[in-house]
Order: sequence, then C-alpha cells, then structure tokens
Amino acid sequence: MTTLRTGAAGSLALALTLTACSGGGDGQMHVYMYQDSLAVVQKDAVERFNEDADVEAVVDEVPGETYEDKVRTVMGSNNQPDVFFNWGGGNIRPYVEEDMLLSLDDMMENNPEFEESFIPSVLEEAQIDGVQYGVPMRGTQPVLLFYNEAVFEDVGAEPPETWEDLLGLVDTFNDEGITPFALGGADTWTMQMWLQYLVDRNGGPEVFQQIESGDPEGWRDPAMLQAAEGVEELVNRDAFGDNFSSVSFTEGAASTLLSEGDAAMHLMGSWEYSTHLDQAEEFAENDLGYAPFPEVSGGAGDPANVTGNPTNYFSVTADSEYTEEAQEFLKATAEEEYVRDMVENGEVPTTTDAEEYLDDSPNPDFARFQYELVQDAPHFQLSWDQSLDADVSEAMLNEIDKLFIGESTPDEFVDAMAEQQQ
Amino acid sequence: MSLTTTRRRLPGSSGSRVGRPGAVWALPALLFFGAFALLPLVLVAYLSLTAWNGLGTPDFIGTQNWEELAGDPAMREAVGLSTALTTLSWLVQTPISLLLGVWAAGPQRNRAILSAIFFVPLLLSTAAIAILWRALLEPNFGPMSNVGWFPNLLGDSPSALLVIVFVTAWQFIPLHTLLYQGGARQIPVSLYQAAEIDGASRARAFWHITLPQLRNTITTSSVLMVVGTLTYFETVLVITGGKHHTTIVPYLMYESGFVATRLGYASAVACTLVVVATAVSLAMVRFTGFGSMRSTREGM
Repeated sequence: MTTLRTGAAGSLALALTLTACSGGGDGQMHVYMYQDSLAVVQKDAVERFNEDADVEAVVDEVPGETYEDKVRTVMGSNNQPDVFFNWGGGNIRPYVEEDMLLSLDDMMENNPEFEESFIPSVLEEAQIDGVQYGVPMRGTQPVLLFYNEAVFEDVGAEPPETWEDLLGLVDTFNDEGITPFALGGADTWTMQMWLQYLVDRNGGPEVFQQIESGDPEGWRDPAMLQAAEGVEELVNRDAFGDNFSSVSFTEGAASTLLSEGDAAMHLMGSWEYSTHLDQAEEFAENDLGYAPFPEVSGGAGDPANVTGNPTNYFSVTADSEYTEEAQEFLKATAEEEYVRDMVENGEVPTTTDAEEYLDDSPNPDFARFQYELVQDAPHFQLSWDQSLDADVSEAMLNEIDKLFIGESTPDEFVDAMAEQQQ
Repeated sequence: MSLTTTRRRLPGSSGSRVGRPGAVWALPALLFFGAFALLPLVLVAYLSLTAWNGLGTPDFIGTQNWEELAGDPAMREAVGLSTALTTLSWLVQTPISLLLGVWAAGPQRNRAILSAIFFVPLLLSTAAIAILWRALLEPNFGPMSNVGWFPNLLGDSPSALLVIVFVTAWQFIPLHTLLYQGGARQIPVSLYQAAEIDGASRARAFWHITLPQLRNTITTSSVLMVVGTLTYFETVLVITGGKHHTTIVPYLMYESGFVATRLGYASAVACTLVVVATAVSLAMVRFTGFGSMRSTREGM
C-alpha cells in the first residue's frame, strides 16, 4: 500500500503537474498527516472539530518514508491540501517563497492566549523572515539513546556516558553475540542522527550552522571529519551488525531488534517510545531505558545539546477555500484535550503548561527526562535533512549512506559534500 | 491483407474506399494520444531547458541541464546499471519463457492446470510483488532469516541488482510465457508430423521447427522485455530505494525530480530515456526483420 502510492505518485507526477489536473473543491477540508503511531492524536482532534464545524475535515495519512515527496508533488499541483504537517524552518521555505502558505500573524495577534500557550523558541522555528507560518502540533522530538535494560542487566553494563564508554560497550555486546546498536539503514536519515550528534559534540552547533548558511567550507571543519571517522570506527567495530544496510526503521524492524533483545541500543527520536508502546507494550513499560547522547571528551560542543526535531507544525495553504475554518482547526493544538491526548500517547507537548500534564504520561519519568533535556539544552539542532535545501540534502543522504556502508572514507565524504554544495 | 491489395489494383474502382472506415474514426484516439503522450513529451522537452523546483514558474536556463547531465557520474552509472539490468533480464527471461511457453502449448490436461497456477504473478500489481519480495528477504525477520545462514541480499552490491533481476523475472516470465504459448500453438502440427516421419528427435524438432517458427514472437517478446526493463522503476523504489548500486536511469529521474526537486534536470534524464528506449526498440524491429512482416509459413 505504502509504496503503491509512491510508485503512482512518482511515475504519474510529471504528467500530473504538467496537465495540471484540477482537483480539490470536494467540500472537505483536507489535512495531510504523516502516518505513524502518533497520528491518532490528530485524528481525534479532527473528529472533535467535525462535531460542530460547517465543513468536514478529513485526515489524509501519508506513509512516512514518502511524506515529503508526496507533499511536494501535491503542492505543485492544483490539488493542495488545506492543512499539512511539516517540520518548519527550511522545510517550508520553498512554499513560502512561492507565496503558497497563509501567514498566521493575524491569527496570533487576534488570539494572544493561543500564541502564549507555546514555548516561544519552538514557535519561532516555524517563522520565515519573521512571519509565522506554522503552529506546533506535536511533542518535542529530541534524538536519544534508547537501550534494552534487560540486556544491559544480563551483561552487567551501564549506559554510556562518554564516547569511550560507548566504544567499550560495542565490544562487550559483540562478545556476547548481541548487536550493539540497532540501525535502520534502509532509511538513511537514521544514519544521519549519528553524524548530527558527533558533529555537535566534536565541534559545537557552529559547524552545521556554517553549512546551513550556505558555506560549503563548513563540511571541511575538522569536527566533520572527526565525526565521519567516528562513524567509520563504529562500522569497523561491527557496532551495527552485519545487515543494518537493509533494515527498515519505518517498517519497525530496527525497533523490534531492540525490543526482542537482539540489539542492545538504538539511537532514535523520542517517538521510539510510542513506537514500542504501540508494538511491544510490555517492553516499553518494563525494559526500555533511555539516556542522552554521550559526551565526547575534548569536544567543543556542550554535552547538553540535543538534535532532532524541536516539534512538527501544521501550516495552512494560502489558496485553501477554508482558510478561516483551517485556522479555527489549528486552535485545537493548544486545547486541553489535545495536549492531554499527546501526553497519554507518550509525547511531551511544547505548550508552556506541558509540565503539569506530565504525570498523566504512560511513563512520567520518561516524559520528565525528555522535558528537562529539552528545557536545559543550550542548543536544539533541527535534523540536517530538514534544514538544508532538498537538492543538497538528497546528495548528503546519499553520501552518508556511502560512508556507513564503507563505500567512501571519511575524507572522501567530507570532500564530496564540500564539492556537492557549491 | 491480400484482399485489400487486390481490390486497390482494380482500375477505376472506388471499392477500396467503401470498405474502409473514414479517418474521422481515428480522431478520438489521436486526440488522446496528442493530449496524454505528445503534449507531455513536448512539455518535458521544454522543462529540460529550465530550472524548476515543482513550485511556481520554471526558469529558462538553456542547455545547462544537458551539459550537467553529459558530465554527471551518477548518470553514467545509471546508464551502465540500466544496460546491465536490461541485458540480464533478457538473458534470464527469454529462455525460461520460451521453454515454458512451448511446454504449456502442449495438449495434456495437467499442463493447463499448472499453467493457470503459473500465471498468478501476472495478476499481482508490481508494488505488491515488490513488497512481498522485500518482506521475504528482510534480513532479520523475513522467512529466509529462519532458514539458517542466508546472506543479506538486499543490503549489498551487486546482489541487490540481482534481486531486482530475479523479481522482474518472477513477475514478467508469465506474460512472456503466454506470448510463447500462443505462438507455439500457431505452429501447424503437420510440421511436427513430417519431422516425426523423418525420424527427427524432439530436440531437433524444437531446434529446427519450433524456434524458427517462433521468430516473430521472440521479437515481440524481446521488444516488450527490453523497453519494459529500460523504463522499470517501481520495484527498485520499493525494494532498494536506489541504494547499493541500483539507481537505474528511471530511478535517477525520480530521485532528481521528486527527492532533490530538480524537475528540469529530471526532465533531461526523462528525454534521454525516451530517445534511448525508442531507438533500441526501432533497432530491434529493424535488425530482426520484424518490420517487413515476413510470414513464418513461407513455402508452406
């Protein structure tokens, strides 16, 4: 099903965009949603909205691995959704440049209590040139080091606090015949997480900020090379097992390796918790451990920095017939029921009052851990592929893949990227 | 065919027009072809001269995309992989379909039943087939992982490409078998009876009667196979996502167009593909003499 749609989208998209098939206008307000175990919160919100709205809202769930292609394609057609899920920042810039998104400034101005219900720095991530184009609609999603407590106990190991600890654990688990890290290498963004943290720990946020500002020399920063060498070392030590290159995260294989005890650790976004709650409830409640990414001694980056997604956003398309209704719908994201739903689903909302709900979380300890980690982080780096232009990020993901499967060396990786971005 | 030619030869007769439908009947088909084949083709050719991210208006940039394409190592690799995939697919599929088709053309009842089962892959959609095989070959949880030691076929080069060759074959051999079965059933039984009387073995009969009689079918099947494989895309998307050296030309087109959002560049790739696929199929038809439509029953 998943890929059926992509296949169709891919092969037909050229024809579609060119012949400009007219669509939409079916009397429904379409909400494009990333399909995963968390989307239930948004579906409930749509149901509540439909109870007393003039227009019927429908959720169009798009499989995660193809979400961005699909949105890009429909945004270029006359079949735009009315409201759509996105990552804010660089992710929505192309649409803003084409005047395709509705400015939410008036909405914010007219509803100060709504604006004030979100953490300001999170709201800011959906501003382009000072104009608000998105509303936070999910929990915060830092990338964490998840581990299987039962496996750790069996081996008598402790979660790593430093890079040296981590390398030591790789050897320990390999000796025990357990894959040290689950890695869904069929989806390249999962490998990207390793580089994001290693670059930040080695060189601080400035390294990627230089790249993000369009300066390809940022790729030649020594911290980038150190990070790539870190990856090479992990791969050489068999940290990810021998078949990670075809393990899928989006289909749940990597997470299952962790919950089944075949792998000891998994570097993943905080949604890993809800994934397990959904697929291996007992494991999520009893044996799922979590820790921040370890410190790299001598590195310039603050070990309290996190990477991942500050949150996700809902944006409204400017040409939508239902811009009024859509803005009305967006207000749901700050409502008590919505926030409560998120918390119950294992998310940590980005509303300022989130802390008071955290006790209702299925795992209050985890929720508090995550909440404090984000609150205390001096810097929260948005995922690289979401902050760079699509053509650079596509090339980057390809190069990261090559680095992980040993087709290029750290030096070649750095050179390839520096040349690619020019 | 011979009927119309004789008619046309009759002097002063308007009979040749009586039996033929007017050109106007071709209009709906021509309009469809124009709107959904020619027009997009022209537009894609134009797009290949622009820089466009899929949103807003394309910027005309002349031949820049084409110049970049000529020197792009990714394109060179994609062309090599497409050639390899096409050649391997032809080499794998043709002999198997030919033998199966000839076998299935026989009269016994069990063949009909077996053939019916055998054609099942033909009924499944490409995406379903790709998902099925990816699930079967999943290295940790797929059924193959329980069979003891089994290599990570999808996660390595060149085995990932061989998986694509295999899945394509699994999917399309039934179609080509059907073609060969039809072709084989057209061969007059008298030829085989004559061969039997002359004491020819079954192998000799196959070599000297069946194969030559099937030559037009071989051409049809090969053109379908080659052009189909050149433009093959979905299986690569689903099974490997272009990883591990499986970025064939159609996948490169998808990736540069819809992942990197460079639709101008993707259009240049698409144009190349159209030209190459057309050239290859024309060459095959010309080279095999299929175009002249010689009957396989000459001299009978």
